[in-house]
Amino acid sequence: MIAQFGFGVLILSFIVTIYSVIAAVMAATRKSASLTESARRAMLLTFPLITLSALSLIYLLVYNHFEIAFVYEVTSKSMPTYLKITAWWGGQAGSLVFWSWLLSAFTSAVTLRKWDRDREFLPWVIVVTGITLAFFLVMVIFFENPFASMWFDKSGEMVKAMFMPNGATAVPLQLDGRGLNPLLRHPGMVIHPPMLYLGFVSFVIPYAFAMAALITGRTDDRWIRLTRRWTLWAWLFLSFGLVLGGRWAYDVLGWGGYWGWDPVEISAFMPWLTGTAFLHSVMIQEKRGLLKQWNMILIILTYALVIFGTFLTRSGVLSSVHAFAQSAIGPLFFAFIGLTFIVSISLLIKRWPDLHGETEMKSMLSREALFLLNNLLFMSVLVVCFWGVIFPLISELVTGAKVTVGPPFYERATAPLFAALMLLMGIAPLSAWGHSTVQTLGRALWKSALAAVITTVIIFATYTQNVIALIGFLLIAFVLFVTFQEFWRATRARQKTQNENFFKSLWTLVGRNRRRYGGYIIHISMMLMAIGILGIEIFQTQTQGTLALNQKVEIGGYQVEYSAISQFQGPDNREVTRAVVNVYRNGEYLGQVYPRIDFYTDSQQNMTIPGQRATLRDDLYVLLVDWQPVTSNGATFKIYVNPLVNWLWIGSFLFFIGVIIAAWPDKDPERAAVRASKTTRQINELRNE
Amino acid sequence: MNRILNQRSLRITYYVIFLLAIVLIPATIVHAQDPTPSDDQVNKIAGQLYCPVCENTPLDVCPTEACRQWRDLIRQMISEGKSEAEIKQYFAENYGARVLSEPPRTGLNWFVYVIPPVIILAGAFFLFRALKGWTKPVVASTTSDTSEAKPIAQDDYVARLEEELKKRK
Repeated sequence: MIAQFGFGVLILSFIVTIYSVIAAVMAATRKSASLTESARRAMLLTFPLITLSALSLIYLLVYNHFEIAFVYEVTSKSMPTYLKITAWWGGQAGSLVFWSWLLSAFTSAVTLRKWDRDREFLPWVIVVTGITLAFFLVMVIFFENPFASMWFDKSGEMVKAMFMPNGATAVPLQLDGRGLNPLLRHPGMVIHPPMLYLGFVSFVIPYAFAMAALITGRTDDRWIRLTRRWTLWAWLFLSFGLVLGGRWAYDVLGWGGYWGWDPVEISAFMPWLTGTAFLHSVMIQEKRGLLKQWNMILIILTYALVIFGTFLTRSGVLSSVHAFAQSAIGPLFFAFIGLTFIVSISLLIKRWPDLHGETEMKSMLSREALFLLNNLLFMSVLVVCFWGVIFPLISELVTGAKVTVGPPFYERATAPLFAALMLLMGIAPLSAWGHSTVQTLGRALWKSALAAVITTVIIFATYTQNVIALIGFLLIAFVLFVTFQEFWRATRARQKTQNENFFKSLWTLVGRNRRRYGGYIIHISMMLMAIGILGIEIFQTQTQGTLALNQKVEIGGYQVEYSAISQFQGPDNREVTRAVVNVYRNGEYLGQVYPRIDFYTDSQQNMTIPGQRATLRDDLYVLLVDWQPVTSNGATFKIYVNPLVNWLWIGSFLFFIGVIIAAWPDKDPERAAVRASKTTRQINELRNE
Repeated sequence: MNRILNQRSLRITYYVIFLLAIVLIPATIVHAQDPTPSDDQVNKIAGQLYCPVCENTPLDVCPTEACRQWRDLIRQMISEGKSEAEIKQYFAENYGARVLSEPPRTGLNWFVYVIPPVIILAGAFFLFRALKGWTKPVVASTTSDTSEAKPIAQDDYVARLEEELKKRK
């Protein structure tokens, strides 16, 4: 009953979405305010409707309705309630509902804003978001229905359908479900997919505004100003989704790393690349009236990559081209990406002449030129990633042979590009809009460059002689010094003219130009993350061996001793095998870590959860591997020492702060102006009295 | 004198050979007794190979039974004296190129290595051509951007900063 209700509401929300799109198109063509309002209200209605449908699904998940195929596939009785709720996005069908729900929430939020000055955009924003929403609802209703039950058809095969197919019989009620994939039963997995999806979905909004600008011909930078904060939030969510995914991989997958250049990871990274390029290049349009066409291309690409990312992970195309052909939703996704891309590009071509720059580029070293170079580098990383993900599919299609494009390919290709990006991150903040010369830049940069060189020499003398690492540290130090110098110089200058103390000056400075200084904090955070990445990529050491009880092994200055082992029944239907490992450094006892293997009885799968000892200097990461049977006589351990990796996580916290500062809403200038004029009027009236 | 020296050097040589024999013979015996390569040796090669069955899982961390057997096979091949390249070659021949972490540089696979640099270089070329087209020499005193043109002069810098802060008040 609940399933039928949830499905019914979903159909209703689809109808309402379609109505909203049609009404919006008619409103725009007939310039009808009442139709626009009708379309807006219909769009607002989709959110409570999809919410009702989602609540129905959550009810079915939480109360073990195993007659529903989706519930049977992703939950089991023993799962704790919070995991049953998060199983909502643990499977294909549910995650598509989740996508739709987020999109309707964001679209509602957008339609609720004040539209006074931008009324002409509204119908087209509704059309674009509505079509995207309708597409996802079609997927859910017709192809991946999470409310479908299981049936045996005439030939005795199990089929999923909402209502009993002709001649079919009901599958006997299942007493328990298969349970969520153990990999997904982790707090990181609870937050990671929603973050990533939030990032994906919120990029739809700036895209919708860009399309509205192209359709209406209002191609000034208004659409960019309107969506600047959306884009920043989208970028924050996407970035956080990526970092959380990395942390989850580090904690759960048990291979000692956080990023494996897996196609699924890359599919989320690609829109981040274009999104980051977009965030930088819109500044050029706002400041200099340049690159209007390019910004359009970037946001169209980002939207296409968002859908493409969902498509890559959902269509089965990655496991095999043939699986894609068999998948019901794969070809549809492909068609949708193609169609929206072609329509967007056609609109862009139509408006191409209106999007010419208002001024000219004056110097190859000006900030706008350096930002363009930054865009080129981001796009280059994108080309490498895209081609690396696509090539195995092409190879399989053309020759029938599958190939793997793995980490060595990506690392070799992207490392110099990332290095160049870091160099730019150091130079660009000190170049001026409009015009810079080698002399002006040189004078601005030499102190930071010198400090970076001295730092690198110290690192050379005390830490490492590895050339690649030294180049990395040189660039990191350079960016950090440049950024700190920018804070220092501006704060000191303000302090002198305003006679304030240093911290008040710094506070006012950051508060008054949040975008710039938020951006600088993001740069600093990126460099902290780069320290972590450099540390683990270059200095990671590992060893593996079978240890007898109380036997020690030496790695990276640590002595690791196998002390005890125990087996017990854990919550969530797990058989836990947990080792106690003593950790020493130069003979001094530091503490214990507890690597374990969780065997999930419902899904018959093992999970190897590392025991970690994290410090700013390095992470000791101990895994209990099942190469040999684990007994109290001996167990096989794989031990990693991951230097500096914690800076990656510290950097991500700072990143969060930086984006919050940059995206923090300013006082609405229009409202402030109105308030100011009101006050003046009141004062004048008082005076007159 | 010379003969004494020769006899002494001969004796030293004997000592050296004797000492070497003491050191090396047990070592070879130990080697013969324990030919099993270490997990680290296996992992070094397994980490460069991908599980032929699972998606994108390196062989050193893959938990499946099949991969356990493949790791044992690597161990056996190392103990037989096979080189890293030979083992990788064996796996590629038997399970297809997908077990290698990068496509072998043959035939169509060249595209994976050639296309990105070609596109990136083309992009760079077009960008610089466009930049050159846009860029015009600037006469510093006549541009409207003179206040921004000398960002490092401290007075200008302070002035620009204050200007920006005022605008945002």
